[in-house]
Amino acid sequence: MVQWKAEERAAIQAVFAKLDYESVGRETLTRLLVVYPWTRRYFGGFGNLFNSEAIMANPKVAAHGIVVLRGLEMALKNMDDIKNTYASLSELHSEKLQVDPGNFQLLGDCLTVVIATRMRTEFTPDIQAAWQKFLAVVVSGDGS
Amino acid sequence: MLSNTEKELIVQIWDKMIPVAEDIGSEALLRMFTTFPKTKTYFSHLDISPRSDHLRCHGKKIVQALAEGARNISTLTTTLAPLSRFHAYQLRIHPTNFKLLNHCILVTLACYMGENFTPVAHAAIDKYLSAFSAVLAEKFR
Repeated sequence: MVQWKAEERAAIQAVFAKLDYESVGRETLTRLLVVYPWTRRYFGGFGNLFNSEAIMANPKVAAHGIVVLRGLEMALKNMDDIKNTYASLSELHSEKLQVDPGNFQLLGDCLTVVIATRMRTEFTPDIQAAWQKFLAVVVSGDGS
Repeated sequence: MLSNTEKELIVQIWDKMIPVAEDIGSEALLRMFTTFPKTKTYFSHLDISPRSDHLRCHGKKIVQALAEGARNISTLTTTLAPLSRFHAYQLRIHPTNFKLLNHCILVTLACYMGENFTPVAHAAIDKYLSAFSAVLAEKFR
């Protein structure tokens, strides 16, 4: 089981407290689809994802961005048992959606970059380290 | 594969980083050491504590190399040949570590540039850093 130091919990809570799910969610998914274009294969029903302008304006991308962040919130609320919290989501992504697990890492990286653009100097190396430890647990919980 | 627009964007961004090369470079390294502590093993000969002279000096070298590469993107292999040999035969860094530093460079740029680090800029820089790392790792075997 993952051990969390008090300052790590505090750092992760602090990052979440600043997240505007709508805008951060939309931008995170946009970046995933723009920076790593192969991930578009999982979003066949989303309409026009042909170029960065289309992706940035796509309402389904925006809506799904919020879904992703709400999913991440589940882990925040159950930090001591992320693996079980994600049991059904993990099955959905692996069995039904058949997502290559490497892509979860990329989504996490995009989210980290978006947070960095919003928090700027407040996203210190220590806060980044705690945040990425959290994402690493989420990614392995969702990917197994 | 970089478009001409992306190549111009990459040059513009790295040119802006040259005057703050020490800040950007040392921050990227510090982020990497903090988030991925195993990377510190390659720097046991240096003082890599925050704001140390070694960290700032080394960070500056990295940013300057990236800026030079940006201005010579079509001839990266030739431009980076000495660095490539150095990383292969002397440093012998496990190749997965390039991705870790690249990610921390992206985060540092994002913090520095804020919303100006657009999705398109992010994509261009990520592609550039991947190409740069591939050249550095080219001679590994």
